[in-house]
Amino acid sequence: MVTQNTTLTRQATPTKGAALPAFTLWWREVVRFYRQRTRVIGVIASPLVFWLVIGSGFGTSFRSGEATGQQHYLDYFYPGALIMIVLFTSIFTMMSVIEDRKEGFLLSVLVAPVPRSAIVLGKVLGGTTLSAVQGLIFLLFAPFVGVHLGIGDFLLVVLTVFLVSFALTALGFAIAWPMDSTQAFHAIINLFLIPLWLLSGALFPLSGASGWIRVLMRMNPLTYGVEALRNLLYPASPAVFPLSSSMATLVLFSAFMFGLAFIMVNRRTTKPAA
Amino acid sequence: MIGREAESAAAATPPVISVQDVVHRYDGRTALNGVSFEVHPAELFGLLGPNGSGKTTLFRILSTLMIPGGGRAVIMGHDAAKEPNHLRRQIGVVFQAQSIDVKLTAAENLWHQGHLYGLHGAALKSRIQEMLARVGLTDRAHEKAETFSGGMQRRLELAKGLLHHPSVLLLDEPTTGLDPGARRDLWQYLQVLRDQERVTVIVTTHLMEEAEHCDRLAILNEGKLVALGTPADLKHEIGGDVILLDTQDAESLAQRIRAHFNVDAQVLEGQVRLEREHGHRFITDVVEAFPGEIQAISVSKPTLEDVFIHRTGHRFWTEGGEEHGAEAQQAQQTS
Repeated sequence: MVTQNTTLTRQATPTKGAALPAFTLWWREVVRFYRQRTRVIGVIASPLVFWLVIGSGFGTSFRSGEATGQQHYLDYFYPGALIMIVLFTSIFTMMSVIEDRKEGFLLSVLVAPVPRSAIVLGKVLGGTTLSAVQGLIFLLFAPFVGVHLGIGDFLLVVLTVFLVSFALTALGFAIAWPMDSTQAFHAIINLFLIPLWLLSGALFPLSGASGWIRVLMRMNPLTYGVEALRNLLYPASPAVFPLSSSMATLVLFSAFMFGLAFIMVNRRTTKPAA
Repeated sequence: MIGREAESAAAATPPVISVQDVVHRYDGRTALNGVSFEVHPAELFGLLGPNGSGKTTLFRILSTLMIPGGGRAVIMGHDAAKEPNHLRRQIGVVFQAQSIDVKLTAAENLWHQGHLYGLHGAALKSRIQEMLARVGLTDRAHEKAETFSGGMQRRLELAKGLLHHPSVLLLDEPTTGLDPGARRDLWQYLQVLRDQERVTVIVTTHLMEEAEHCDRLAILNEGKLVALGTPADLKHEIGGDVILLDTQDAESLAQRIRAHFNVDAQVLEGQVRLEREHGHRFITDVVEAFPGEIQAISVSKPTLEDVFIHRTGHRFWTEGGEEHGAEAQQAQQTS
C-alpha cells in the first residue's frame, strides 16, 4: 500500500473518461493507414478505374436509358461510385479489428482501464475519417461530370459522406469484432455488401427497377445515401425522396449501427477471447 | 486453502494477489480445477506448467480478460471479475503475442499506451523518455518497431507494460523467441524491478530453467496446482538424488528393485527412476544386485522437472525431454 501511494504521487494524476483513449485509437488508425502507401494508392485508384470502366462501358451500351434521362451514364454513376469508395474503405478499415486481435494489440487495449465505448468510438471514427477523406478526394472529380457545388451544398455532401462512412464503419466493426480470420470477414462482405451496394441505386435507378427489387432498394439504407448525394450533386434531376428524409434515415442508420457495435464490444466472454 | 509457508510469510503484509479456488471450463474442457494460492508484495512469482496446464487461462483471468467460471481472483483488493477497471490501473500486462504496433515508432507506441491509461502532456513525455532509457531504446525512439530485433521489441513491450507505474506486472511467457542473452537480460531486469521498485511480478513459463529464477513457484498440471513453494524447497522435498537406470526390460527390473530394496521405483519412458538419499552408494548396490542388466546409470540432484514427476507421476513433456520443450515453444510461437 505504501509503495502504491508513492507511485501515485510521483506521477501526474491520470485523466479518466473516454475522450483521450478514443482520440489515441483514432490517431493510430489514421497514422497506420497513411504509413501503408499501397493501401492509399489502392483506395484512390480502384474506384476511379471502376467508375471509368463501368461508367463508360454501360454508358455506350445503354445510352437511351429512359430513367437516366438526358444524363450521360458516367454522370449518373458518379454518386454511386462515391458511395462505393466509402463503402469499401469503411468496411475494409475495420479488418484492422481482426488484425489487432490476431497480433495481440487488441489485448493490450482490452486490459487498459478504457471504457468499451471509447474503443468503439476511437476505431469507428478512425475508419470514418479514412473513408470520408477518400470519398471527398473523389469529389475533386466532380467538375468533370459538370457538377459545381456551392459552399452550403458542399457541406451537406460532406455531412452525407460522413454519415454513410460512420454507419458503414460501425457495421464493419460489429461484423469484425467476433471474427478471428480475415477470410471469414471477406466471405461475409461478399455475401452482404456487394448486394447492398448493387441495390442502392448506385448502378441503376430505383424508378426503373421491378417490383420486388424496388422494395429491397427502399429497405436498403445505402439507397438514401446515394439519393441524398444525387439530390445534392444534380439538383435539376427529379428526386425520389426529399433530401431531409434521406438525411434523417442516414442519421438513424448511423445511430443504429453504432449501437450494434457497442453491444458487440460489451459482450464479456468466459471463452479465451484472444 | 493457502500453503503453510505462504501463510507465515503473509502474516505481516496482506497478499497482493489472492487466487481462491478458481475453476474454469470451456468447450467441455476443464482448464482450471480449483486452483488457490497467494502472492506477496515484491515477489517474483512463477506459474510453471506444460502447455495446456491452465496457466494461460489463469493469466487471462488475472489480467481481467476472462471471467472465471467459479472462485475468485483478487488483486490489490479488487475482484478481477467484478471491478476490472479498478484493477486495470494497478496492473501492467505483457502478453506472449506481440502487442506493440510495428507500424508505429517506439515513442509513438508508448504515447498511445499512455493515453489509454489517462496519461498525457509533459508528464507522459518525460515518462516515455524515462522508460525508453530504462529499456535501452532511447537512440531508436523514433524508428518504427518493425525495424527492431526480437529482443528490442520485447523490451518495448515491457516498457509499454510498465509505463503507468503498475504495482503488479503480469508476463505471459515473456522470453518466447528470445536468444539466451536477451533472456538473461530480461530476467535480470525483472529482478531489478522487484528489488528497486517493489513491483510484484508474475511470470508464466514452461521452461524449467527459467522457473529457477523465481522467488516462489506454482506448478500447474491439467488445471490443478501440483506444487507451491520456493524452487529450493520444492527440490529439497524430493530428498537426496534422482537415479535413472537404462535397461532392456524396465518394467521387470523396477519390480525386482522394489522387492529387493523395498524402495519405490517408477518406470518412465523405458527407464527406471528412483529417488534416493546417498544415490552414489545406492548405485553400487543396484549394479551388484542385478549384474549385467543395467546398461547405463545416472545420478543427479533433483531438478524442477523431478519435482513435477514426483507430484504427477509423468514427465513435464510427455513425449520427450529438453529438446521437446524448444519444439513446443516454437509451436506456440507460430500459433
